Amino acid sequence: MAQLTRRTTDLLKPFSAALSSTRLLTTTSTNPITVETSLPFTGHRIDPPSRTVETTPQELMSFFRDMALMRRMEIAADSLYKAKLIRGFCHLYDGQEAVAVGMEAAITKKDCIITAYRDHCIFIGRGGTLLQCFSELMGRKDGCSKGKGGSMHFYKKENGFYGGHGIVGAQVPLGCGLAFAQKYSKDENVTFAMYGDGAANQGQLFEALNMAALWDLPAILVCENNHYGMGTAEWRAAKSPSYYKRGDYVPGLKVDGMDAFAVKQACKFAKEHALKNGPIILEMDTYRYHGHSMSDPGSTYRTRDEISGVRQERDPVERIRKLVLSHDLATEKELKDIEKEVRKKVDEAIAQAKESPMPDPSELFTNVYVKGYGVEAFGADRKELKAVLP
Amino acid sequence: MAAMLQAIGGASPSVAFSDHYNKSSVSSIRSFPVIRSDARSSSGSIHGSFKPGKIITKATATQTESSASAASKPGHELLMFEALREGLEEEMDRDPRVCVFGEDVGHYGGSYKVTKGLAQKYGDLRVLDTPIAENSFTGMAVGAAMTGLRPVVEGMNMGFLLLAFNQISDNCGMLHYTSGGQFTIPTVIRGPGGVGRQLGAEHSQRLESYFQSIPGIQLVACSTVYNAKGLMKAAIRSENPVVLFEHVLLYNLKERIPDEEYVLSLEEAEMVRPGEHITILTYSRMRYHVMQAAKTLVNKGYDPEVIDIRSLKPFDLYTIGNSVKKTHRVLIVEECMRTGGIGASLTAAINENFHDYLDAPIVCLSSQDVPTPYAGTLEEWTVVQPSQIVAAVEQLCK
Repeated sequence: MAQLTRRTTDLLKPFSAALSSTRLLTTTSTNPITVETSLPFTGHRIDPPSRTVETTPQELMSFFRDMALMRRMEIAADSLYKAKLIRGFCHLYDGQEAVAVGMEAAITKKDCIITAYRDHCIFIGRGGTLLQCFSELMGRKDGCSKGKGGSMHFYKKENGFYGGHGIVGAQVPLGCGLAFAQKYSKDENVTFAMYGDGAANQGQLFEALNMAALWDLPAILVCENNHYGMGTAEWRAAKSPSYYKRGDYVPGLKVDGMDAFAVKQACKFAKEHALKNGPIILEMDTYRYHGHSMSDPGSTYRTRDEISGVRQERDPVERIRKLVLSHDLATEKELKDIEKEVRKKVDEAIAQAKESPMPDPSELFTNVYVKGYGVEAFGADRKELKAVLP
Repeated sequence: MAAMLQAIGGASPSVAFSDHYNKSSVSSIRSFPVIRSDARSSSGSIHGSFKPGKIITKATATQTESSASAASKPGHELLMFEALREGLEEEMDRDPRVCVFGEDVGHYGGSYKVTKGLAQKYGDLRVLDTPIAENSFTGMAVGAAMTGLRPVVEGMNMGFLLLAFNQISDNCGMLHYTSGGQFTIPTVIRGPGGVGRQLGAEHSQRLESYFQSIPGIQLVACSTVYNAKGLMKAAIRSENPVVLFEHVLLYNLKERIPDEEYVLSLEEAEMVRPGEHITILTYSRMRYHVMQAAKTLVNKGYDPEVIDIRSLKPFDLYTIGNSVKKTHRVLIVEECMRTGGIGASLTAAINENFHDYLDAPIVCLSSQDVPTPYAGTLEEWTVVQPSQIVAAVEQLCK
């Protein structure tokens, strides 16, 4: 229907060709566009920010491109896993891309992000390359952790991405430690410590929250609530599934995690709050299409209708697509071209990653300890002379 | 002596691999930097400023040796907890990134007074009083270390650190490896442990056996005032996570230590008493039981060589090996539990590497595999007594 009306308006405008070229120019412009988030925010002990978000065509297009890239990457990882090139655990993020992309848009690379094992897309958002991602997934030398970490251990220190952690909930105290270091060095940055609805029941989370609130640490705890802790629905695991309220004395905000602009607004708001007043909890209401990991079909504890229902009504990429089309920033065909281009990039990265060699056997023993202090004992026949400090 | 280098990551050698990596790994070792204390100007509070200082690395020191070499400076006398504090304070002065986390370390001054006065000097953020939440404040220390801070975590009693086991094992120990070397975790985790003072089962734990298989961490146990200060300083300066085991009964030990700054090596054992007949390996408080037994043994005509292993992970198999090659008999005296303890691993390591040099099986005297009872007499018998050591030596040297 929309196609038809556009065609007729084009016919009425003799300069349609010229118009399409100007449309391409608008995608790089920074004229502000105002967007309304899908739902209003709900606050706990705090006044929620407004629903109106300012954005630009450039940002809108970049959201689409980044989310399409992440979606494509996760689906490619799915097929690589089924082809047994990725082994072990592989937790996929498709459906939740809006959280990664919206958060990046609100912060700088000096802010820290730490998350659990569903970290591929956040790594890409933080500036990781597709090659590093796929190489690490396949355990190759060019991976971000030299192939020694795997899917659950992506890190990028220089861009403030602190991983990548396998044990549920253990990353939240680490995140508060990052915030502590930021407060210690007084550098006006914040830490986003992300966890899931399953981890929200971990004791160490509340311990860390208590300390963060006690010392006014610039920590923002982000609960990515995809409603299932592996196979257990949130209502079966938590007496109070309103995770944004669980901080009690810590303010919280509930956000529609499938709307990238809502996420962006909430993160911007949270950053300002955390720098002045200490911790805040953000609950991102999101959804994952895949199962918990590749070993979980994802359909034994939820119906296929539910999954396809969410995909139809709340898909984050579709939402951005509709926004782009309604603001006339690109045509359907151009968006499809972007998707094709993204697919090509992903395929190239996979091919390149497949070429990358496995790590050297000596890498088994590197990076266990950092050498360099005092005498180094290599075992029974130490042949290294004593190192003397200057 | 040819300096042929083997790239084994600081742990006991895995014999199957050692030949394979000789050639390929030399270059990787040479490129590791040696820590230096140059006069770098302080660019910001997080980046640290290093005062140039005269630092002496000495692996071993007897009282006579240190006083003879420092005849003009006779040193000063202090108690062990004061020495730990002195070491900590010197490091905090030297590097603004060093901070302390623990329960009651700040205003209270530490339950064993190791951090007394530091909060008044450095402020509440640098000497942080945490709530009773070992799991998360150890995690916070690791998170802070990932960014470059150098936290010293105090467990009020070592046993409480069991609550933080996941953070110590997974995050402290493994992050350097799983991130492919991107992060170093220069934390120090210290606290008193051990049996004594009738504290009961839960407060008399020895955690060295639980931590010893965690890859990526170093374990050291201090036993004298001299090595307490030196090991504390070395642990703080080390880029690796170090667990420093102190002992509840040794905090009031008084000794004379040098005035000048010194740092000890984290991986070396200490030769306490050279001898010819038998090697006695020990650490922490058992050193004193061994020395007491040694007096009796000398009177009976034996000449025991006593080595305080100090480094519980990795073992200093070089010093130990040289001793075994000389005496051909080994007795291990430890306070750890019998099952799966440090002695058990040390026995295996010595057997593997020095089997040909042994004239008798290795005897390991450890604490009994029981929860520590409260009653004084029972508590005494859970740990090794000097009379048992004497009997074991006589048995071995028959």
